[in-house]
Amino acid sequence: MYWLENTLLEVSLQEQLRANMLTLKIKDLYKSFASTEVLKKINLDIEEGSFLVLLGPSGCGKSTLLNIIAGLETIDKGAVFIDDYDVSKVEPKDRNIAMVFQSYALYPSMTVRENMIFGLKQAKTPKDKIEQQLEKVSNFLKVDELLNRKPSQLSGGQRQRTAMGRALVREPRIFLFDEPLSNLDAKLRVEMRHEIKKLYTSLKATMVYVTHDQIEAMSLASKIAVMNEGIIQQLDDPQTIYDKPNSLFVADFIGSPSMNFINGEIKKDSQSVMFTPNNEDNINFDLTHYEFENNFQNNQKIVVGLRPEYVSNTESTKKYTKKLSLTPTIIETTGFDKNVTFDFAGSEIIGRFTPNSGVELNNPQEVYFDLSQISIFDSNTELRL
Amino acid sequence: MSASTNISYQKLEDRSRITNLLLRWFLYFVLVLFAFYFIFPLYVMLVTSFKTMEEIRQGNLLTLPGQLNIESWAVAWGGRGYGAGDTYLRPYFWNSIKMVVPATFFSTFIGAMTGYVLTKWRFKGDSWVFLFLLFGCFIPYQAILLPMARTLGILGISNSILGLVVVHSIYGIPFTTLFFRNYYVSIPNELIKAARIDGAGFFKIFFKILIPISAPIIVVTVIWQFTQIWNDFLFGATFSFGTAAPIQVALNNMVLSSTSVKEYNVDMASAIIAGFPTLIVYVLAGKYFIRGLTSGAVKG
Repeated sequence: MYWLENTLLEVSLQEQLRANMLTLKIKDLYKSFASTEVLKKINLDIEEGSFLVLLGPSGCGKSTLLNIIAGLETIDKGAVFIDDYDVSKVEPKDRNIAMVFQSYALYPSMTVRENMIFGLKQAKTPKDKIEQQLEKVSNFLKVDELLNRKPSQLSGGQRQRTAMGRALVREPRIFLFDEPLSNLDAKLRVEMRHEIKKLYTSLKATMVYVTHDQIEAMSLASKIAVMNEGIIQQLDDPQTIYDKPNSLFVADFIGSPSMNFINGEIKKDSQSVMFTPNNEDNINFDLTHYEFENNFQNNQKIVVGLRPEYVSNTESTKKYTKKLSLTPTIIETTGFDKNVTFDFAGSEIIGRFTPNSGVELNNPQEVYFDLSQISIFDSNTELRL
Repeated sequence: MSASTNISYQKLEDRSRITNLLLRWFLYFVLVLFAFYFIFPLYVMLVTSFKTMEEIRQGNLLTLPGQLNIESWAVAWGGRGYGAGDTYLRPYFWNSIKMVVPATFFSTFIGAMTGYVLTKWRFKGDSWVFLFLLFGCFIPYQAILLPMARTLGILGISNSILGLVVVHSIYGIPFTTLFFRNYYVSIPNELIKAARIDGAGFFKIFFKILIPISAPIIVVTVIWQFTQIWNDFLFGATFSFGTAAPIQVALNNMVLSSTSVKEYNVDMASAIIAGFPTLIVYVLAGKYFIRGLTSGAVKG
């Protein structure tokens, strides 16, 4: 019985190792094109089975980073590890990855079947294994009826599924997605987003997904890396990114309509911390409850951020609620609620009002600010305080 | 008020209909005029080639032949059968075929490969390479005659079909590269990336993925190269003579070397024979030619 115990022990050890293993690790990565630095000191640790979304505006380096993970782009400095193995100089085909592209990149002259098995054939996979994989995946993605069609005979959604099928048949360690939904119309995009989420839930595979659409990022990711100008601004789970953005950029980029920002000064004495918006000397916001993560000085210039859903007309007796009387300048109906814009302290503030609220243009209105949900940033460094 | 508006609208409508009609007639008139202008020489050539010399001397250019006299065609193609000084097109026609087929093939193939590299495997300084290649399109034929003659001499292939194949292959590369580069530029790079991840290498991507979708531009290039090489006179006259000459050189010799009388019917038949293959190529592939010139993007 000794050998059995030993094997069991070994298996559980392996499982433990696997659980702790980083599927993807990027270490101090730099990349330049000519004289422009597109990636600056990128560090990423991705655990087995997580869904990482690289999110950022165009030109932030997210696609370059994905191409580097795929091995399609060379590295200037740093390294990429897959399963703790340095793959920085390994060919794309040997990295055990699969990629889905924005333009689908289906081979136009090949049928759906040929498209899906092209990679397996290159890898000299045995015929019966190829057929087996093809059948499994095409059933799963519901493209089994389309196997003999050319890409030009497929609809957008079918092309998308074929492209995913081509990735799936290879059973890779990591799936890479390069803005796979941005070519689809709005309705299909939501559908395919669901399918990708379903795919992830049933496969539990590691995925890296590039997008500039924050809604896509929020709904798909288990972790989001918000990127700007070649730097990862914040790497966290979606809720933390939304609730506690660590910089003005992240706060502004995530959320629609975006976060309200009020510029002003912070006043501190022994008992309390107060905030005075610019040009509004008579108004004070009580910030004593706020959990500061960094030190600040008295009279320091700060930016207070508050998401529109915490600016409303619903009367509240909560402890940290600030009531102000403001005049609406724009009212937008969404059906679900009303987005009401006010001018306050030199900037525009958007609040989310209940749809049946009798809010009117140019008619002063009681507005409730829920100060328990604020984020505070330093005006100069633009970082969270 | 509404009545008066109706009347004036009626008037405007009539006026615009008349204008459109007039413009349309004018358009057809111009088109017919141009069509006539282009077809007229061909008509004269055809008619003359089927006439006897007697008829040519008596009649005018436009009259139809009394009967279809194909003797001049036979003479143009196969000669009169007597020995020295009898120049006819048949051997030179095959010379030209032996020259044009490999030269078109090689220049097209190399152009496709170069276009592929210049768009999908970018390297440092590739735009300079392309610029210099483009420069090749603008160099006049006359400028390269001497250096090329010297090169052919050193290679030991002057005055041979092989030499002409080499010259035309090389001279065609700038044009074919330009065609293929512009075509491949419109093909998304993601296609290449996908193939690389799937494990295909440089040649596999070229032959399995790009070539199968290159039909339109291959047709354009082949037509272009075939016409250029077939119709070339200068290189043929410079780098070959005697039995190794291509058909255009032979045609020239034939027409100019007639000693006594000018045989217009034989000349015309010869000229038509010399132009026939390019005509065939255009008729067979013309549809694709237009399509290839206008299409570019490969979607999906």
